[in-house]
Amino acid sequence: MYTYTDFDRDFLRARVAEFRDQVARRVDGSLTEDEFKPLRLMNGVYLQLHAYMLRVAIPYGTLRSAQMRKLAEIADRWDKGYGHFTTRQNIQFNWPKLSDVPDMLDALADVDMHAIQTSGNCIRNVTADHFAGATPGEVEDPRITAELIRQWSTDHPEFAYLPRKFKLAVTGTEEDRAVIRFHDIGIRVRQQNGEIGYQVVIGGGLGRTPMIGKVVRDFLPRADLFAYLEAILKVYNLSGRRDNKYKARIKILVHETGVEELKARIEGAFETQKRLLPDLNPDVVNRIHESFAPPAFKETDFDPNTGQTPPLQAFIDTNTHPHKRADHLSVTVSIKPIGGTPGDATSDQMRALADIAETHAYDELRISHEQNVILPHVHRANLPAIYAALRDAGLATANIGLISDIIACPGMDYCALATARSIPIAQQIGEAFSDLDAQHDIGPLKIKISGCINACGHHHVGHIGILGLDRAGVENYQITLGGDGTEDATLGARTGPGFAYDEIVPAVERLIETYLDHRSSPDETFLALYRRLGLAPFKAALYGDTHAKAA
Amino acid sequence: MTDQTQIITPEGFAEDRFAETPVPTLEDYRGGVAVFLPVNADPASLAPHFSVLSLIVVPFASSADGRGFSLAAALRAQGYKGHLRARGHILVDQFRAALRSGFNDVEITTTQAARNPEAQWRAVPLGTGYQSRLFAA
Amino acid sequence: MPRPFAPKIATANHLLEGDVIYFTDPGWSRDHSDAAVAQTVAEADALLARASQEPHLTVGVYLADAALVDGRPAPTHFREAFRTCGPSNYFHGKQAE
Repeated sequence: MYTYTDFDRDFLRARVAEFRDQVARRVDGSLTEDEFKPLRLMNGVYLQLHAYMLRVAIPYGTLRSAQMRKLAEIADRWDKGYGHFTTRQNIQFNWPKLSDVPDMLDALADVDMHAIQTSGNCIRNVTADHFAGATPGEVEDPRITAELIRQWSTDHPEFAYLPRKFKLAVTGTEEDRAVIRFHDIGIRVRQQNGEIGYQVVIGGGLGRTPMIGKVVRDFLPRADLFAYLEAILKVYNLSGRRDNKYKARIKILVHETGVEELKARIEGAFETQKRLLPDLNPDVVNRIHESFAPPAFKETDFDPNTGQTPPLQAFIDTNTHPHKRADHLSVTVSIKPIGGTPGDATSDQMRALADIAETHAYDELRISHEQNVILPHVHRANLPAIYAALRDAGLATANIGLISDIIACPGMDYCALATARSIPIAQQIGEAFSDLDAQHDIGPLKIKISGCINACGHHHVGHIGILGLDRAGVENYQITLGGDGTEDATLGARTGPGFAYDEIVPAVERLIETYLDHRSSPDETFLALYRRLGLAPFKAALYGDTHAKAA
Repeated sequence: MTDQTQIITPEGFAEDRFAETPVPTLEDYRGGVAVFLPVNADPASLAPHFSVLSLIVVPFASSADGRGFSLAAALRAQGYKGHLRARGHILVDQFRAALRSGFNDVEITTTQAARNPEAQWRAVPLGTGYQSRLFAA
Repeated sequence: MPRPFAPKIATANHLLEGDVIYFTDPGWSRDHSDAAVAQTVAEADALLARASQEPHLTVGVYLADAALVDGRPAPTHFREAFRTCGPSNYFHGKQAE
């Protein structure tokens, strides 16, 4: 992974000093709250319902063990002993004091980490496929491109006060685990006639107006990447709406202008940028390429039956992904214990993960946008030891991709914008389907829960999506079905009226019964059945037959 | 102008060397040496006048509105070599971005200058950023 | 038909600590039941104006509906009720203080 140079380190220290000064200027009145707010947001500091929140960047979700240990230390020293992994591969601390944040940022800088551009109307921390560099079928490790984008977008003078936030994601495979069709810019690394380039998608997003991104370039030569990105950002910065924050994302500009017209404007700006923008510094580029060279993979003869037990086998069946080397696997560690808060890990669990990565997995960890932790490179011979260590740390739940592997935003338990709670709904669904055998029988199922229309829980792309709203002072939960965030990008369809707080989990149970009753065989997944039969049987189960016919 | 203003250059608070220069709006511009360019204008429309123009003023209605940064960069990209000034609500913390986008100075109200004295502006680190390292070909 | 006026309190977050505070006119408390109550629109406007005088201590001052229970203000909306106690997944925040 990318290792910092003196330049990167000096930049971080200067940035922490600058933020320390900004806090002092807010307190002495030099900065008003309206002026200070964008500055603190650009440094990862939100004001939540009960406290501030610090969102720490984990660029493209990649961490070393020393960095994970530092996160644990920060959780213990300045927070309440845990952290929350987010859907953008970051980690959030829910209880910092503003006066402590500069010290927390200094502690992060000790391990080459920061909170820069994890919030605010700027180019946000870039995300990538969580199996990058490990998965079969990759054209190139997408983190090479993501790191270049990180450097280009960091403190970019032109693009720090955009109409709205701006998110980029990069993938290196045809399968899409980075959800590129739902980002402001999605990038797929491609190869054509031996040359590396990019498919570029713009204007995707969830929120109150969900839209699937449009392809604007099928193959952009690698050398043109930054001229093209700058062209998109220039057009957006100058033409994006600033009169209404709900219409300010680039997806609305694409929608209102029309993709062909906007594409023409981008191409116009691109011609100028291509002429003016100097070439990338080859030293920087080479350093980045070398940073993402694969580790020295262990060559060991091993007997796959050694240490095999049924629980371990169940864990391997559920929580691993094929690796580009046959003797290795990628292991997904579930941060979704039954009845727990999706994405929350205690400081002890963070240290256990760091130890496992350091001892058994080439010192590398990833955070997935599904709020789990990944050991990208694991030799099969190490699986029994890893499984035992995970079990000791309470991290061996074998539920990846199953009904209890739920994405949930923090909702009204923490978030100042939320209209209803999300976390307790996730906890209750987990408890209602606590039996792992039953979960395996139900099979692959993605439930995603948002506590407001801004859709941080990605409910639009859940096979079952749940949206919590405030209806006349009472929490109310709407259901969408059939959403899909992968390469088959689809938005979920709303089933009908919402459900009260104590009715939503029974409603989900009825959906599952309907699926089990109607599936042609255990191989037909929930999503496949929905695609075959549509909303009708589910509506009947949720609202009764009369409702289904009337709707 | 009703409110008094303060000019700030990389060297600190400064006298306005264009104090005597009338700055017409784009509508009233008739090919003179100075113009006030609104952020929704097309910078290319001024290109024929670049050789005559010695001052272009770009407004910042609010510190949250970053259009001026892209407009300045576009004017420089299209070949404008004269003085470029950012006028309005610009934070100390945006000074670096303003200079890197192509502005020569900023002009704020004296009310804001009282809140943000010269020492705050002079404390802004103006060193090189990621972009100049990345593109140092 | 206009809805009857609901009594109002002024609330905010503490600038440096970040936690929820209530305006006691003058001063601030961590306890909802200490909040000063406005009984009319004019009183509410004046309460908000006075509560907004200390930007070096507070962030995001706003008025919230309250009900009087035994003469002390209590939250009426679930959001305000959560703000008086803390999150539901952990025993953190005001409920633990």
